[in-house]
Amino acid sequence: MDAGAADPRDDRRRYGVRIALFVTCLADSLFPTVGQATVRLLERLGHEVVFPQAQTCCGQMHTNTGYLRDALPLVRRYADVFADCEAVVVPSGSCAGSVRHQHAMIARRFGDEALARRAEAVAARTFELSELLVDVLGVEDVGAYYPHRVTYHPTCHSLRMLRVGDRPLRLLRRVAGIDLAELPDADVCCGFGGTFAIKNAGVSTAMLADKMRCVLATGAEVCTAGDSSCLMHIGGGLSRLNAGTTTVHLAEILAATQDSP
Amino acid sequence: MTFLGMPYAPRGVGHLRGAEPFPVAARSALADTQLRRNLGNATRTIRAKRAAVVAELPDWEELRAAGQAIKAHTLAHLDHYLTQLESQVSAHGGTVHWARDANEANRIVTGLVAETGAAEVVKVKSIATDEIGLNEALAAAGISAYETDLAELIVQLGHDRPSHILVPAIHRNRAEIREIFLREMPGVDPGLADTPAALTEAARLHLRRRFLSARVGVSGANFAIAETGTLCVVESEGNGRMCLTLPDTLITVMGIEKVIPSWRDLEVFLQLLPRSSTGERMNPYTSMWTGVTPGDGPQRFHLVLLDNGRTAALADPVGRQALYCIRCSACLNVCPVYERTGGHAYGSVYPGPIGAVLSPQLTGVEDNASLPYASSLCGACYDACPVRIDIPSLLVHLRARHVEEAARSRRVPGAEAVTMAAASWVMARPGRYAAAQRAGRAGRVLGRGGRIRGLPPPLSAWTAARDAPAPPAQTFREWWRREHGQRDT
Repeated sequence: MDAGAADPRDDRRRYGVRIALFVTCLADSLFPTVGQATVRLLERLGHEVVFPQAQTCCGQMHTNTGYLRDALPLVRRYADVFADCEAVVVPSGSCAGSVRHQHAMIARRFGDEALARRAEAVAARTFELSELLVDVLGVEDVGAYYPHRVTYHPTCHSLRMLRVGDRPLRLLRRVAGIDLAELPDADVCCGFGGTFAIKNAGVSTAMLADKMRCVLATGAEVCTAGDSSCLMHIGGGLSRLNAGTTTVHLAEILAATQDSP
Repeated sequence: MTFLGMPYAPRGVGHLRGAEPFPVAARSALADTQLRRNLGNATRTIRAKRAAVVAELPDWEELRAAGQAIKAHTLAHLDHYLTQLESQVSAHGGTVHWARDANEANRIVTGLVAETGAAEVVKVKSIATDEIGLNEALAAAGISAYETDLAELIVQLGHDRPSHILVPAIHRNRAEIREIFLREMPGVDPGLADTPAALTEAARLHLRRRFLSARVGVSGANFAIAETGTLCVVESEGNGRMCLTLPDTLITVMGIEKVIPSWRDLEVFLQLLPRSSTGERMNPYTSMWTGVTPGDGPQRFHLVLLDNGRTAALADPVGRQALYCIRCSACLNVCPVYERTGGHAYGSVYPGPIGAVLSPQLTGVEDNASLPYASSLCGACYDACPVRIDIPSLLVHLRARHVEEAARSRRVPGAEAVTMAAASWVMARPGRYAAAQRAGRAGRVLGRGGRIRGLPPPLSAWTAARDAPAPPAQTFREWWRREHGQRDT
């Protein structure tokens, strides 16, 4: 189906939704273009994006390293900041996963049942980017233009925790000009794993070597994914090797147009 | 000791603790190219076989849910089912012994063998007996324990340790196995070839002599049915069938979590186990026996129920699901970490994802503190587990137990704890967080073309193999401020 034809599924489209952006501490601090692309994309689709500036971090670095008590104030902040939002978009499968699958558990672990319920309520309105586009906004053709050979890496949290399935691929397939190459052994972990990349750097690097080998085998110019963390790891390895392939976040591809590449 | 008073698996006996933390032990494994090749090929092959036979069943997810539910129910009523099992086994002519820990189990088994006057026993593959170091305990009492599972035989003759729950000799190739047989197998043909057929034939002849002369057999058990007192061993090679039927005395060492309520429940597990472990619809030999049958098979049967830290695991409401494990090893075969390091790096007879959550609970987390961190939390193990053990959540839970334990036992917090507390403090207020971002921008000077090549420890572990991104000229929130002022919209 080409980008111009009327898509019978478009009658699911919603217009003018007010979407709150949880940009994630990693994108905020190191990859701001991911947040900017998310805003540009959603505004182009006719929605209003709000950025509650009181946000900080989902706490998964603390949680996954075992510092649950240190994560508790961050769980509270997330539930407070996004309490009244109709929909929260997160350009990260791992952060969305942490909010949906860990926040309430942390609150309960420290005996705060009220916070756990508030965390569950806001988690139900928290969506990873591809989930928001396909399920909430009802759109697969976002009017993007990206004339490059691209391969997609499904990050573990989006694949197994959120079960986004093929939503990102459905979105990518509708991008005009794109040359999508299938990634071999796509569902094998890239080896980032948060503090795992430091604590078990040897194994992390071994896993990275295999992921890079698969990426490079596709001949793609760009490797994309829905998580800046995995892209930082894969991209960091490719950059160190001067491999000639780079990493670009899904949001940035979907935000690209002919006028605004 | 736990608050219930049940001890952990004792130190100084058995094989639940490694000599080095995982990251250190993993280093030599990562550099062992033969191990990497063997493991990669074997796990890739078994993964494909498992996927094919699982796809055949339209109700695989229901079976998993049923397996999980049966195990959860059994553990919630373990006292009832174990006493029922004991009563049924006894009623059918067997004797049940309760072993609090590895030392007690070894004492019981050694005593039982000594009573028969035998100086050797034949063994069916039993990781529980490896866990407690039974062979060493028997050897100390002058009793030789001969492994009869082919892989365990190779490991034993090679004076080695098993590296995988299902295929313990995965780290060996044919040439090495031939070498081991030539060196250690009495009466072996000096012209032995290294083809699988020749090696297997040599092992058969060697083992046949053992089977026909053994007076005592020692086994583990996959399942024990409380309703009837029936034990079940699931195997591929037939050595189990030999050891369970030929000797006059049979001693079975079984972890208390292996009991299941009824025959009906076995139907679920006999569908889950072969497909998950060897990727077969059904394994070649499944043996079941109830007590003693006069004139048929062993005339003396002893069941040794082993705790060795299992009640400690049961005491943890989150951790206890690790006891659902039916030892299929599907999680090992899908784990990208295990695939690159093998079992020895985990230091325990239970390696891989399940080992990372079971070993620390049996020994106490602090004796295996590095194991819960030996994972990138990818979740492939949870998807593969036939009894739906949520291993990633257990790993995070055990990491939390470790951090809490470390905080309790140290008077001065470690560097990591301080860093985490500082990060939490910073992230608790957006103002502090934005200030920290501004301060972090100083790191831009380390970058060249947007990339940082080297960072000080501990982040040097990152830059040893990867470039790091240089902090951007403006953060997202600074950009938003510029566009929208103080407004959130």
